[in-house]
Amino acid sequence: MITRRIGAAAFTLVLAAGLAACGSDDGGGDDGAGGGAGGESIKVGIKFDQPGLGLKEGNTYTGFDVDVANYVAKELGKTDVQFVQAPSKQREDLIATGQVDLIFATYSITDERKQKVSFAGPYFIAGQDLLVATDSTIKGPKDLDGKKLCSVTGSTSADNVKKEVPGVNLQEFDTYSKCAEAVSKGQLDALTTDDTILAGYAAQDQYKGTLKVVGAPFSEERYGVGLKKGDTALCEDVNKALTKMVEDGAWDKAVEANFGPAGFKVDAKTNPPKLDACS
Amino acid sequence: MNELFQQFDVWGAFWLTIKLAAFSLVGAMVIGTIVAIMRVSPVAMFRFVGAAYVNIIRNTPLTLILTFTIFVMLYDLGINLADEASPTSIADNGVRWAIVGLAVYHAAFVCEAIRSGINTVPPGQAEAARSLGLTFTQNLTNVVLPQALRGAITPLASVTIALIKNTTVAAAIGVAETAALMSSAIELRADLNYVTFALVAGFFIIVTLPIGIGLTSLSRRMAVKR
Repeated sequence: MITRRIGAAAFTLVLAAGLAACGSDDGGGDDGAGGGAGGESIKVGIKFDQPGLGLKEGNTYTGFDVDVANYVAKELGKTDVQFVQAPSKQREDLIATGQVDLIFATYSITDERKQKVSFAGPYFIAGQDLLVATDSTIKGPKDLDGKKLCSVTGSTSADNVKKEVPGVNLQEFDTYSKCAEAVSKGQLDALTTDDTILAGYAAQDQYKGTLKVVGAPFSEERYGVGLKKGDTALCEDVNKALTKMVEDGAWDKAVEANFGPAGFKVDAKTNPPKLDACS
Repeated sequence: MNELFQQFDVWGAFWLTIKLAAFSLVGAMVIGTIVAIMRVSPVAMFRFVGAAYVNIIRNTPLTLILTFTIFVMLYDLGINLADEASPTSIADNGVRWAIVGLAVYHAAFVCEAIRSGINTVPPGQAEAARSLGLTFTQNLTNVVLPQALRGAITPLASVTIALIKNTTVAAAIGVAETAALMSSAIELRADLNYVTFALVAGFFIIVTLPIGIGLTSLSRRMAVKR
């Protein structure tokens, strides 16, 4: 009897600890149950570690995703934008559980993801590309045979490149930073992921002049705005804001401000992208 | 569930996890026993080296150790554990260095488990053996270690189970084991999130639970009744 009671107590304790670990985030203030228009504050999921797209330095957030998110939030009538870190693997759950209202985090629109979340946008079309040393002879995925390539464990890019070049010698790390470091030291030949992310690394001070983006994209990554599945009203509001952003030139300005310094040429054939219909 | 098996090499990932665990467990046992012997040896230098090994390795995060194997041992020092020319050299190096890293890390815990087992042997026995004229080695192999290992089964079972679960850290250096599989599945098939979690959790329970139960009953049967 006593043992059972102790067991039950221990179980609830573990459960509570687990829940506490999941639930609270630095967000503060009101909890969950967001979405839709009306409130003053909005919680936006972004990447915290991708220079040029979503980067947190101290208390300031910079990058293309951040600029678009700020513009859209203003158009939605939200004055207080709270940024929440949205690592790739947690994006669907952050939306489903209401911890964020919108996600701007290099979130490619795919059919599999559409089963769990809805997408507004796309607001940008990127392509998978290669980051190599400035004196490298690699011109595209065809030159990768027998070369040592780097990507992130379990990422879309790693999956793509395995299909594109089946015999590639692929090193996978848990972060792109480790890859960039290994490529800049000449230990690996190339790093592959979306050209936007690569441009961010090429533009970082420590890699300036040593790394370059090849500029031969071999996939199409359509960055969408993730939101709660089936919230078409919010989706349409976001799309309206995105359309306005392109029309009044703020989109171009954001592209120029974030990708310009990296010398990254935006593919004008696909950008600015045509928006998908909300569903 | 079937879609996961069709799209990803689930069995391959499970098998690699088991191989990682098995090889690094053998390595950890060998290194750990040697370090434990060093820690109880009469030579002060050996004791110092053993204690330093345990304290440094035990207090270093496993992620750091595994990253160190690839970045420093392989890249900076150029210590290749696989044929450099082969097209799979990176993957082979990843697996082999992961085994080395896991073995070295868990050896510190194996050492402490065995040392706790040595502490279960009454000091009178070692003293009696010494007074009979047995050398340190004879004393250790004939009197102390056989009893110590039997007393250390329960803590060694905990180390084994921790090691099996810690193989997931190898995903950080690109070893295609179960955690890497989970990463891919979550990234590419977000619609199957919960199935993926259940599958991976189920796999680890199936592997670790019998080990726990088996070793606990073994420890009961093997324990030296005093």
